[in-house]
Amino acid sequence: MARERHDYDDIPGTFVFDAERSRQGYGINMFCMSLMKDDNRKAFKANEAEYLKKFGLTREQTDAILKRDYNRMLELGGNIYFTAKLGATDGHSFQHLAALMTGSTQQDYAAMMLGGGRSIEGNRSRSGKNAPSKHLGAAGRGKSAAGNRKAKSKRSPQSKTRSAKRK
Amino acid sequence: MPAIGAALDNGKTEEPYWKRIFSGFEKSQEWMRDTKPDVAIIVYNDHASTFSVEMIPTFALGCAAEFPPADEGWGPRPVPVVQGHPALASHIAQSVILDEFDLTICNKMEVDHGMTVPMNLLFGKVEKHGHWPCPVIPLAVNVVMYPPPTGHRCFMLGRAIRKAVESYPDDLKVVIFGTGGLSHQISGPRAGLINSKWDKNFLDNLSGNPQKLVRIPHIDYMREAGAEGIEMVMWLIMRGALDEKVDEVYRFYTVPASNTAVGHIILTNRGRGGGRKSAAKAAAKSKRPAGKLKRAAARARVERIRG
Repeated sequence: MARERHDYDDIPGTFVFDAERSRQGYGINMFCMSLMKDDNRKAFKANEAEYLKKFGLTREQTDAILKRDYNRMLELGGNIYFTAKLGATDGHSFQHLAALMTGSTQQDYAAMMLGGGRSIEGNRSRSGKNAPSKHLGAAGRGKSAAGNRKAKSKRSPQSKTRSAKRK
Repeated sequence: MPAIGAALDNGKTEEPYWKRIFSGFEKSQEWMRDTKPDVAIIVYNDHASTFSVEMIPTFALGCAAEFPPADEGWGPRPVPVVQGHPALASHIAQSVILDEFDLTICNKMEVDHGMTVPMNLLFGKVEKHGHWPCPVIPLAVNVVMYPPPTGHRCFMLGRAIRKAVESYPDDLKVVIFGTGGLSHQISGPRAGLINSKWDKNFLDNLSGNPQKLVRIPHIDYMREAGAEGIEMVMWLIMRGALDEKVDEVYRFYTVPASNTAVGHIILTNRGRGGGRKSAAKAAAKSKRPAGKLKRAAARARVERIRG
C-alpha cells in the first residue's frame, strides 16, 4: 500500500516518524528496544539474522538492519531514538550515526556542527518553498523581525530600570 | 542531551568544549538555589525508555511517589531516584481532566535523560545517594511520533495546570520546566540542521509575545527547526502556565552541544500588586526550557539575580 502524501514529505532529507511509519516500523523499533538488555545484545551479536526473526520484520527491514542502512531503517518505519540503540550496540557514538546518515565522514560532520550546524538556507524544501516561515520569519528581514527588535530593545532597559528602582 | 548527560556523568564539565555550555547554566543554578521551589513540574519527552512504540500517550502525568532513573541501555544515570508529589499530581490530574485535557495517569514510571539532564543543569550535580532539592511531577509529552499535540493545545494545557496549582489547598512555590530541543535534527540526510535565527525569534516571542507562537503549524517547526525541533511545542506548556506578561530573568543560547543547539530562558510572573500570591515564574531551558509557576512569593530572590 502506498504511503499517504503529506505536506512534510516536501522537507528534504527527512523521514517523518508519523503514525503510519510507527505501525509499519513496529518490529524495527521493538527490536531496537530489546537491545537495552545486555543478554539480548549478546544474542543479537552472536547471530544477527537469527535474532531478527523474532520481530516480524519484512525482508527490506531485515536487510536494512543487517546492512546498518540507517536512512532506509527510518524510511521503513524506524525512529532515530530507537535505531540509535542499534548504533550503541555496535559501539558507535551518535555522531558516527549522524555522519553515516548524512553521507559524511565523522570528522567533517563534527566540523560542520562546530561551525554552527547545517544551514537552513537551501534546506527547507524539495519543491522550492524557500521563503522562511511567516510565523517566525528569519530575524533581520521583514516586518516581524523589525517588530521583534523593537520589542527586545524595549524590554531590556525596562527590566534594568525596574531592578535599579528596587535596589 | 544524552551527550550533555554523558559529559556530566564522566566529569568532562571542565573541558573547554563543555565548559562553554555548562557555564551558561551557572546563573540559573544560582537562581534556582535562591528560589527554593517546593515542587517542580517538568514537561519533557521520553526517548524510547518508559514508552516504546507499544503505547504512545500524548500527555502522561507522573502521579507516583517516586520515579527511578531508567536504564537506557548503558545502565541508569548515576543520579538519585526522583521523588514525586502524588498529592499535587493527582489534584492536577483531576483538575485538568475535568477541564477537558485527557491525560494518561502514570502510577509507575521510570524517567530518562530527557528529564534528569535538565534537572542537573538547573539543580546542579547531585550524587547518586544524595537528594534532589525538591519533589518533581513529570509530564511526559509525545513529541517522538508525529503528530505531537499542537502548540495551542500545549499552551492551553499549561493554563489548565496553572489553574490546578492555584486551586490546590496548600500554598506551594512551584516552578515549571519546559524542556526539549531548540532547533535540531538528528535523523536522516538533513541531520545537523540548526536554525539560530528561528531559535532567537522563538525565545524573543516566548518571552514577550507568546500568542504569536501558539499557532505555528507543525510543518513550520519541522521545516525550519528540524524534524526533532518540533519538541519546542513543550515549551509552550510552560509558557501557558505563566502570566501573559512575564519578566525575562535570564537567557543563554549556544551552538553546538554535540548535535544540537542548546539554550534556556528563565521567566517569572510579575508580582500582582505586590501581593504575596504573586503567581507564576518560569524558567525555560532549551534542549529544555524551565518555567516556573508559583504561588508563594520569591520576588525578593528574583530581584537579587536581576540586580
